[in-house]
Amino acid sequence: MNEVHAWAAIGLIILASTTGDVLLSYSMKRVGDVTDLWRQRGLLAVAARVLATPTFALGLMAMAVAFYSLLFGLSWGNLSLVVPASASLTFVANAVAARIFLHERVGRRRWIAALLVAGGVVLMAL
Amino acid sequence: MPQLTFQKYLVLAGITVFSTAGDSLLARGMKDLAGISLHHPSGLLLAVLNPWVTAGILLLLAFFVCYMSALSWADLTYVLPATSLAYVLVALIGHFQLHEVISPTRWLGIALIAAGVGFVAAGPSVTPSRQPRDTDRDTLSPEVRS
Repeated sequence: MNEVHAWAAIGLIILASTTGDVLLSYSMKRVGDVTDLWRQRGLLAVAARVLATPTFALGLMAMAVAFYSLLFGLSWGNLSLVVPASASLTFVANAVAARIFLHERVGRRRWIAALLVAGGVVLMAL
Repeated sequence: MPQLTFQKYLVLAGITVFSTAGDSLLARGMKDLAGISLHHPSGLLLAVLNPWVTAGILLLLAFFVCYMSALSWADLTYVLPATSLAYVLVALIGHFQLHEVISPTRWLGIALIAAGVGFVAAGPSVTPSRQPRDTDRDTLSPEVRS
């Protein structure tokens, strides 16, 4: 039964952190290159523009959900299951989500990278 | 393809370094506070008073600023593998500074992550769909290398 809870938490972590990453990336793309903005308008203008982007707050909330799911997942499952499973699957889920929602061109290069990193994370946690 | 400036590479390095250092400091601080349970969430509030935890949180804030900055000029699928280098860095610090033994499986994991990051870093950092550029196509075509 604990196993089921742990996997439910892992699923929630993946869903929430992928949602968060996509929303944050989307927000920052709308803000535009912050190095240029900083040089032209100053740091406060950058902060104001980021905080005024509604999807940024949503992204932060999704990240908070992911963080608390991780805490609960850790209380139900093993550290050695929950952390690598959620981290590595999040890499793959992010590649899929970035392609669908952010229209990033996830070419062969990036697919291979996502799979290599995901595999590497699992091996490192063994 | 927009060439990344030295400054932008520093931001990517900041993502790796700050998240590694921040996590290590948090972990160090939480050891002092062993026994915080989910039933007593007030313990989490007091945890902030621990100097290790405070320093860890400040570094993780620095990480977040670098991460958001990178996402403003690079693809999510470009930046994420850079964050995974933190796993490698933690292991290497453990090995060379703390003389921890790294098993062959973990070395293999390190190699896979490093290879993945290399694959992404060699490609373009941003592939904007709204203003397509011809040069972005080199993500898709098989590389003519060596």
